[in-house]
Amino acid sequence: MVCRNTFTTATTAGLLLAALAACSPVAEPAAPTASASASGDVCPDGGLPTHTAGKLTIGTDTPAYAPWFSDNKPSNGKGFESAVAYQVAQRLGYPAANVIWTSVTFTNAIAPGPKAFDFDINQFSITPERRNAVDFSSPYYLVRQTVITVKGSKIAGAKSLADLTSAKLGAQVGTTSYAAITELIKPSAKPSVFNNNDDAKAALVNGTVDGIVVDLPTAFYMTGAELDNGVIIGQLPQVGVPEQFGLVLDKDSPLTGCVSKAVDELRQDGTLAVLEKTWLAGSGGAPELS
Amino acid sequence: MTDPVHRPSALHQERIVYRRRQAIRSVLLAALSTAVVGTVLGVLITGAPGWDRVRRSFLDPAIGDRFLPDTLSGLWLNIRMLVVCAFCALALGLLVAVLRTLRGPVFFPVRALATVYTYSFRGLPLIIVIYVYAFGIPGLRLQGTPNVTVLGGAAIVVTYGAYLAEVFRAGIESVHPSQIAAARSLGLGYRQAMRFVVLPQAVRRVAPPLLNDTVALQKDVGLISLAGPIDAIRAAQIGVAQTANFTPYIVAGVLFVLLALPLIGITDWVTLRAARRQNAGA
Repeated sequence: MVCRNTFTTATTAGLLLAALAACSPVAEPAAPTASASASGDVCPDGGLPTHTAGKLTIGTDTPAYAPWFSDNKPSNGKGFESAVAYQVAQRLGYPAANVIWTSVTFTNAIAPGPKAFDFDINQFSITPERRNAVDFSSPYYLVRQTVITVKGSKIAGAKSLADLTSAKLGAQVGTTSYAAITELIKPSAKPSVFNNNDDAKAALVNGTVDGIVVDLPTAFYMTGAELDNGVIIGQLPQVGVPEQFGLVLDKDSPLTGCVSKAVDELRQDGTLAVLEKTWLAGSGGAPELS
Repeated sequence: MTDPVHRPSALHQERIVYRRRQAIRSVLLAALSTAVVGTVLGVLITGAPGWDRVRRSFLDPAIGDRFLPDTLSGLWLNIRMLVVCAFCALALGLLVAVLRTLRGPVFFPVRALATVYTYSFRGLPLIIVIYVYAFGIPGLRLQGTPNVTVLGGAAIVVTYGAYLAEVFRAGIESVHPSQIAAARSLGLGYRQAMRFVVLPQAVRRVAPPLLNDTVALQKDVGLISLAGPIDAIRAAQIGVAQTANFTPYIVAGVLFVLLALPLIGITDWVTLRAARRQNAGA
């Protein structure tokens, strides 16, 4: 009841504001009202001031790529981010039946302005610049570095870090990927350093390097979409300060605290680690190298 | 009759004293003005509100020390590239210049090719040539393709060869035609006239600009890092990215200046000597 009222009030207030500010481009409705009334019960199970009352609306882009999603169907619960989204929903008291998926382009999700979702999951790196426009939950994934190569390369069958020490590896300058080569793999040949990942990729295709190190999302994108014979050898242990992926919420959303709490719980009880292993390191993914 | 010991006249002695006084005065003045300018610059820079921050991010000795070995091993690549590339580019430039000055209708295709080469490679940005050589040629997947360092070096040689060819040509054309005529009338063939009469004078005349281009080459060989090898600047860049501190760049900059000093010194000395010789008869 409480939340329905809140929602109505919020909508009315929003409409009023929108009507008042007829020509101004952005209406920022409801947020203060909603958070004020939600403060009584911090995170009521299934009773959050969501976009559609009683339902949790989750956004992501179309097409949704593997291994983050599966078959471009976020609602099937398969793929790392789909699985994470359903786990977060569960924690917030929304069973799978009450989860609505909506398609939001990557750029729109992090642009300021009203949102059509409660939270959006689409490999968003948490950056201070983006924080000016939207809220982020606590991170649900810390990006790992990954070695990729092409079929027929001499390291295509490598299974461990030791198998890579004789390889000529490359990475983009000034990245964690380069640090991963010099600090973890420590190859005998001096690594090649490139201005950007495109140059590194070109050198890999040309065979002037045996393999390159990129972050995991890039690795999946390169081997899946850009390289003809791309092969993921595996992901490396964490090194340096990793990039963090967070769920995106509207700026000052009343849900941010609750969603962050849910993510923190999932990390603490090991659910996130299991999901990472299943969807990112499992079959068709990037095996862990050690 | 005359005193064996030369004794300047009183007037001249006065003149000597006056000159000495003037000399001391000008030295003192120069020292004073240098001190004033130095102090003003020092106060301006170290007294600037951001000086502490700038010093910390550009002149941190600990960070400079940490990345010095990497930068030095990068510099070793620069030095080897410089020596090889300078030698090859000079040879290529001389060859193209001689080809461009060949006379006679039979040699038109050779002249045309040499001209097209100098026109296009002086126009093409070096970065693009390196990209084409280091990323394009290995892509052909031919047997025996050399490694990217050699390919990148070749890109630098063809680009600088074009500049040096034009410098050599300017030198060759600055030798008066009567010299060739005189050489031919003495019975020398065209090749002999070129070899013994024209080129020695031509090269001597353009030695300063040639050396100048070599100094420029010294900085451009570092562009090989585009293709993957780690040169001094790239090593410094890695340090800058790791520490968010610009000191490694300053270290690399100082190393480059030290490397350039001998070459610049030689250039100045050659120029001076040429000027002295040319004016010797005057």
